[in-house]
Amino acid sequence: MVARVCPELVRRKFPGLIFPVLIFSLLFCLSSPIRAQESPYIVTYDHYLEEPGSLEVEYFSTFGTQRGGNDFDAFWTEFEFGVTAWWTTEVYLAGQTTFNDSTIFTGFRWENRFRLLQREHVVNPVLYVEYENTSGADKILKEVEGHDVESDYAPPNAVLRKEHDHELELKLLLSSTFKGWNVAVNPIVTKNLLPSEPWEFAYAAGASRPLALKALPNRCNFCPENFIAGVEMYGGLGDTQSAGLHGTSHYVAPVVAWNLPSDWTVRLSTGFGLNDNSHRLLLRWGLSHEFSGFGELVERWLGGRP
Amino acid sequence: MKARFALFRPAGRIGWATIVAILVGISVFGAAWAVAQKEDAASKNRKSTYAALAEAPEKAREKRNPFAGDAQAVAAGGKLFEQHCVQCHGRNAEGAKYGPSLLREEVQQATPGTLFWILTNGVVRRGMPVWSKLPEQERWQIVTFLESLKLQPATAHSGNLQPVKPVLR
Repeated sequence: MVARVCPELVRRKFPGLIFPVLIFSLLFCLSSPIRAQESPYIVTYDHYLEEPGSLEVEYFSTFGTQRGGNDFDAFWTEFEFGVTAWWTTEVYLAGQTTFNDSTIFTGFRWENRFRLLQREHVVNPVLYVEYENTSGADKILKEVEGHDVESDYAPPNAVLRKEHDHELELKLLLSSTFKGWNVAVNPIVTKNLLPSEPWEFAYAAGASRPLALKALPNRCNFCPENFIAGVEMYGGLGDTQSAGLHGTSHYVAPVVAWNLPSDWTVRLSTGFGLNDNSHRLLLRWGLSHEFSGFGELVERWLGGRP
Repeated sequence: MKARFALFRPAGRIGWATIVAILVGISVFGAAWAVAQKEDAASKNRKSTYAALAEAPEKAREKRNPFAGDAQAVAAGGKLFEQHCVQCHGRNAEGAKYGPSLLREEVQQATPGTLFWILTNGVVRRGMPVWSKLPEQERWQIVTFLESLKLQPATAHSGNLQPVKPVLR
């Protein structure tokens, strides 16, 4: 009875969790985990790519307040794979629950990141190319572009999901690490693939630092070296028809990542809207796990030599 | 129809000669480039995987390990090695499919500065990612651990990695 009721309860209360829980369980059985040193950013990217052959599965959730509509919880799952040391590819599946409305799947994204320089420099550039196929009901706010404002998200899901976005997004990820500090700046350009739509501009920037720069000799969950704290800021910069800050929204968010020795990473972020066009609060959390040797596993499946 | 083809009609004998010369030029250049690439690839294959160690700049090689001889750093480095390096270099640093052995002479004779430089910059074209995301002190802790391995005879690396008692220098 309990076994029958529990999945039903989970399905009703946390519909977005079912898929990632299944995926995590499957991968646990098939692959060997390794502890990653993940950055705390949720929106901003630094220049570090996935280790070659590793698959990182991430689940994120964004609770957002909504004036003139219902609050929402948007969620997405990312599958991030290190193809080589200079190329990482990633697929996102996103959905959202708007309270007193409905839960819907909102689309997918396919992103690729290419490291442009072989060695470390003062500033390290990475090229980010993403294709998005989402509906207008997508509320993950993974980036805030052009003239995106809070009121865009107020209509009911039935109305929002009628709009389809096919977008190409380009980012230049500039990042620098010095004395334990990481500073990352991402200029963003987005183009809806409809010819009539303008190019949109946006930015994301962040700074972070581990709480300790030296590792303790013993294995511990609460060692300060396991925590990375920082702050990120992101927002829109208008579009080709009307560039600038007018009619744009902006957020600032303290962020923290907890890299557990048991191979999990927990991220938390509390985003505050900086102007009247922004959601008051974006409360985000994420859970990720890195599976190293996934590439080898796939090779074996495809008949490659072990 | 005639007008469309006229776009591709060369202007007399000189035109044809130019086109043929360009095509021949491209073919010769392409063939030469392909041969050069093949030789280059063969030459690269001949090069040791460890050749990247030689690419460390002089200034980087001369850097001194701030944790040299620090037993705590060896233990911490061992922990970090287990967390970040084992998957590619093997549990005993003996090498695995994706990473070379770190017990080889080339690595063990490298200066601490060279190892630190490799950790920081990676060998991206050969699959080793950059590890500058680890703070500088943690990278030095890993170097300290790697240096401690040279104190063990190669045959001793059969069990789990155990930090060894470092010799104070």
